This record gives sequence, C-alpha cells and structure tokens, in this order.
Amino acid sequence: MSLDVTWALAWVRRTAQVVAENRDLLVELDRQIGDGDHGENLNRGFAAVIGKLDGAEPPELVGDVLKTVATTLMSTVGGAAGPLYGTAYLRAAKVTGVASLDAAGVVALLEAGLEGIVARGKAQPGEKTMVDAWTPAVTAAQDAAANGASAEQVLVAAAEAAEAGAVATDPLVATKGRASYLGERSAGHRDPGAASSALVIRAAAEAAGTASATA
Amino acid sequence: MTVARVALVLVSHSRAAAEGVAEIAAQMAPDVAIVAAGGMPEGIGTSFERVLDAIEEGAAAAQEGSGADGGGVAVLTDLGSAVLTTESVLEAVDEDVAARVRLVDGPFLEGAVAAAVRAQQGGDLDEVVTAGEAAGDWSTSRTSGPRDGAASAGAPDAAGAAAAGEAVRRTVVLRNPLGLHARPAALLARAVADLGVPLTVDGVDGASVLALMALGAAGGHELVVEASGPGAAEAVDAVVRLVDEGFGEV
Repeated sequence: MSLDVTWALAWVRRTAQVVAENRDLLVELDRQIGDGDHGENLNRGFAAVIGKLDGAEPPELVGDVLKTVATTLMSTVGGAAGPLYGTAYLRAAKVTGVASLDAAGVVALLEAGLEGIVARGKAQPGEKTMVDAWTPAVTAAQDAAANGASAEQVLVAAAEAAEAGAVATDPLVATKGRASYLGERSAGHRDPGAASSALVIRAAAEAAGTASATA
Repeated sequence: MTVARVALVLVSHSRAAAEGVAEIAAQMAPDVAIVAAGGMPEGIGTSFERVLDAIEEGAAAAQEGSGADGGGVAVLTDLGSAVLTTESVLEAVDEDVAARVRLVDGPFLEGAVAAAVRAQQGGDLDEVVTAGEAAGDWSTSRTSGPRDGAASAGAPDAAGAAAAGEAVRRTVVLRNPLGLHARPAALLARAVADLGVPLTVDGVDGASVLALMALGAAGGHELVVEASGPGAAEAVDAVVRLVDEGFGEV
C-alpha cells in the first residue's frame, strides 16, 4: 500500500480530530510544566489547516498537503509549537514532492520532520521536548524499513516508538523551553510537545490503516 | 528630522509589553524607528504575521535612514518562542532583507533601551546589537567606580585608561534635582559618544546610558569625570559643562 495525497489528507484530518479530542489533556500537561496553551494552540492550528484544505483544490503531491499544514500552523499557532511543527512539516514537504510514498519515503518524511525540529529548536534528546518522541520514531522507522516493512508498517512502528518516547519524558528534567524554568519540578510530568507528537505520528499510522482497509 | 539607520523590532508574547517597551525606548531615541510586534489576535503568544510585517516595516525605515547601505534591523525578543518565530520569519523573507536583520541576545527591556540609544547616537547594526547584548552584563561588569565621587583616589579604571596618555580628571556637582535619571543620562551618553574620547563618569563608561543610570546619582551628587589620551581635556571640559548646565532642568 503506498501513501498518496488521499492518505496525506486523511492524516491531517485525523490529526485535527485527535488534537481536538485531546485538547484539554494537552492543556493540562502544559499547565503543569508550561504556560498552559499547547492544546489550545494546536487545536486552533489544525482547525485552521482543515479550513484551508476544505477551501482549496485537492493538491497533487503529498508535499503540497504538508506545506499547507506548515504555513498554516506557522501563522496560527502562537507558542513554540508553531515554528517547531511548522518547520517540521515544511522540511517534510520538501522531501515528499511526489504523488505517493513508499517505505523509504515515509522514513525520509519523518527524518526531515525531526531535522526541522532540531534545526529550529536546537534541542537534544533527553531535554524533555518533542525531540524525545520524534527521535525514537525516526529510529524505529529506519529499522522497520531496513527490515522490509511496508509504508504502513513503518508508520505503525514509528507511532509506537513515539508513544513510548513521550512516556519516557515523564522522569526527565526539562532543560529546554518554558518547562526549563521549573527545573527539577518538571520531573514527573509528561512533556506536552512529546505527547502531541505521539498523537500526530499515530494519526499518520491510523490514516494509512484506513487507506489500506479501503484499498 | 533625520531617521536613524538602524531600526528596532520588539518581539514579545504580549502586545502590551512590546508597545510599552517601545514607548520607554523611544523616549530616549526619538529618531529611531521602533516597531512593536507583540501578542497574537487571540491574546498571548507570538504571531508570525505580526513579526513579518514588523521586520519589513523596520527594514524600510532603516533603508530610508541609511540610503545606499540599506541600514539594519536589530530584533529584541522576550522568551524562547519569540526567537523561534523570528528565525522562521527570517527564513521566509527576501534574502536581502534577512541579511540586514540581526537578533539581539540580551534582555528585552534593558537591551531595547541600550540598543535604541546606540542607534540614536548613529551606531551601525553591529554597534547597536553589541549595545543591546552588553545590557545583559553591564551591572556586573561595573566592578569599581566610586558611588560618592569624593573618595576616588587611585581608582583602577582611570589608571587603565591613563596608560594611553595623561589622565584628566575633574569633578562636577549635579545641579538638577532629579540627578542622572533617564533623560539626562541619555543626553550625557550621547554627548560622550559624539566626543569620541573614552571617558568615565564615576568610574563607568560615560557613553553607556544604562551604566550612567545605574549610578543612581541624585541631585547634589558630585560626579568624577575622567578621560585620557588625545582630546581628553576638551572632552572632560565639555562633559563638565553639560552637567553643570543642568540638562535644561534647572
């Protein structure tokens, strides 16, 4: 099963849906170790993305969808998540200027997304940020693809790793972002950016599952 | 009115904070374009669009003030994501605009004030950025310098400056009741910068408006003005005269 524009659009819609469903959870996580607006920001951002996509011609390439996500998030999400997710999707768009993605294409998408986040935010793994969800996700995707997994299977592996990565942020002390102002007190709480990243990547896998189920 | 060749853009999570800091800085830098870019339509946060518009506005103003070389834009930011948003904007604007924009790694309010004053003094982009960044450590770098003006014998700062030539030293009493508050400090700093001779006032850099303000020198306080090297005597005399005239407040 290859992942085309239909999949990309389904991914974005699924993301908007889970972000809306988890808005209060993300707000609460961010309230504990941040400024309490992560869920609100992402919800607003993805709702705006849906609005943009609904009003436009269906794009031809996967990257076109991702670029719309990038620019919309960049201009509607006001915290660090705007520039970080925006740059992730923008870099991913640059390497997915194709009609559909195979396993290698999915790996490239995720790698570019992580590169964008690191280039923009300059966080390393272990600093209690979204990088701690994306890094294991990329590693898992690379391993799966190297072992001959399908595009959908690569996404599933990435999603599982991202979820585990988000949970693994719980004991960490934040050394980046607003949470770093809390120092030791940031330990014992999940990083909201890692949590939302896991939701985003899982949504990609679910959209692929739906796509192959209807193929 | 001439427009300075470096403009400032203030990026904050809060519209009120950006506008407030812009107002404070503008008081001491009337000819500098200072563009506030704070908050989002929804409230607290940084807005890509707002920052984009502000940088383009600042670039245009700096261009007007500088002519051929295009001038520059110094950007002050408050917290982390303001930096991220600004960097994202710089990736999105024309390369020739981005090339003339620099982020100042210094405190938001004090850095804006120091940068604005330096821009008012005619500083170029490097000088303005340096002034904004030095605002972060000026309070700890001022390690000596008499607070009361009288017991200043052998002040080490002056000795360092004197290595270049004869040290000239005079004292002058602040005649204006409020002493060396913001407005006179800015006037004094500008005058010292224009003189082009390294000069200290109570042991601190006379061209630094923040260092002068930090002296907290009240009316009646006796300032020690010191300089060395070529033009020192004339510079010290000029500063003494300026202080003695009372900054228009007497």
